[in-house]
Amino acid sequence: MAAGFKTADLLEYYRRFLKENCRPDGRVLLEFRPTTLNIGSISTADGSALVKVGNTTIICGIKAELATPTVEAPGKGYIVPNVDLPPLCSSRFRPGPPGEPAQACSQFIADLIESSEIIQTDDLCVERGKLCWVLYCDLMCLDYDGNLRDACVIALLAALKNTQLPEAVISTETHLPVVDLEKRHGLKVCKHPVASSFCIFDESTLIVDPTDEEENLSTARITVVTEEGDRLCAVHKPGGMSLSGQKLQECINRATVRQKEIQKLTDKVLSSVKTS
Amino acid sequence: MEVCGISNVTLRDFSCEQSLLSRPDGSSSFMQGDTSVLAGVYGPAEVKVSKEIYDRATLEVLIQPKVGLPSVKERSQEQNVRETCEASLLLSLHPRSSLTLVLQVLHDDGSLLSCFLNAACMALMDAGLPMSCLFCGVTCAIAVDGEIITDPTAAQEKECRALLTFAIDSKKCRVMMSSTKGSFSVQELQQCIAISQKASEKIFQFYRDSVQRRYSKNL
Repeated sequence: MAAGFKTADLLEYYRRFLKENCRPDGRVLLEFRPTTLNIGSISTADGSALVKVGNTTIICGIKAELATPTVEAPGKGYIVPNVDLPPLCSSRFRPGPPGEPAQACSQFIADLIESSEIIQTDDLCVERGKLCWVLYCDLMCLDYDGNLRDACVIALLAALKNTQLPEAVISTETHLPVVDLEKRHGLKVCKHPVASSFCIFDESTLIVDPTDEEENLSTARITVVTEEGDRLCAVHKPGGMSLSGQKLQECINRATVRQKEIQKLTDKVLSSVKTS
Repeated sequence: MEVCGISNVTLRDFSCEQSLLSRPDGSSSFMQGDTSVLAGVYGPAEVKVSKEIYDRATLEVLIQPKVGLPSVKERSQEQNVRETCEASLLLSLHPRSSLTLVLQVLHDDGSLLSCFLNAACMALMDAGLPMSCLFCGVTCAIAVDGEIITDPTAAQEKECRALLTFAIDSKKCRVMMSSTKGSFSVQELQQCIAISQKASEKIFQFYRDSVQRRYSKNL
């Protein structure tokens, strides 16, 4: 009976659940799906992490390459994030050049790296004006079930914290860069931003961590990124139903709690990787 | 062409012209200080089968930069503008059809995203498409000393600590879209929203004056 109702009118099916303050998958409105984190899963990358938020799975690999710094910023390295949504992860995505969702998410991650200054780009400079590190952060979605951004941010942060850069110097004799792969040191990750996504159903009901189905049915989406000390580094709402200041505050409060949870999780997994 | 200076919440001089292109169904050019955007709307027209939605119109937004091809940054701005327009347009009145909104940058001197939104709204209005409410874009920059500057120029944007752009609706003056850069506190965010809401009143008044003047001329 319930299955038939769901097929006939999906939105009404959801409304019935939301009226009782719960969701079809058994969560209450402001509850995240179980989040699991695996760090260092790709041995060939300089840093990597695998994140699962419910069914949504993101794998992030970081590859460091040497390059010449840009003319505008000779004392800085740079970070290039790229989000890939292959046809594997959902029937919605077709092969070919990245579509709008993938490009918008890449831009969101790039903006986030810039606004929260996760890594001081000065640290990536090997020799001013001559040599610097470029970090290619590839985020690949393996299973798409909504809430891409949250999972991407967790994966990126964990992978950056896992990254071990080899020591590089410019040789005084040959003037060529010399890389010592044996001597590696970790990156200094200064901030810990965490994203929390919300959906709004029918103007008033606020739910957190939406699944793909919920994202499609909702009238608005919003992503709040918070870091330590209750600072915000992004409030991204691409459009949709308008939102009152009070609802926004509710989102921010939930996001602050989430930030602490995820930071704790990341630290725990990192320390377990180090001890083993 | 209309020009008006707005005081109190300081915005640059706005000017707007509608129906300036003959081919599109609706067009507008919007200027905020030196920032200038040209918008054209086509539709409702026939839609490609692959993009057809059975119960509403498909809206496509294309942003053309001044030089070069649209990049990832334009894609993300397109998404912001499209979802804002989708929320205010009554798309279910034109099922299985397509709407195309083209935004061409003429000059960028800061607050570009808000100028896109304003130009888009004026063009949609000119095309006579049914909408549930109007919307406007406001950009706020938080300077290093914490001062909030509305409608910043490119130079002010470069110096600021955080940049926030909001789309405000005309019905309840609430936030439809938000896009931010830089880090800020919750208090600063709420302050910026309040200032944007105040600024939106002026922009909506400008919309009203501009359309009124245009139609009074035609009579």
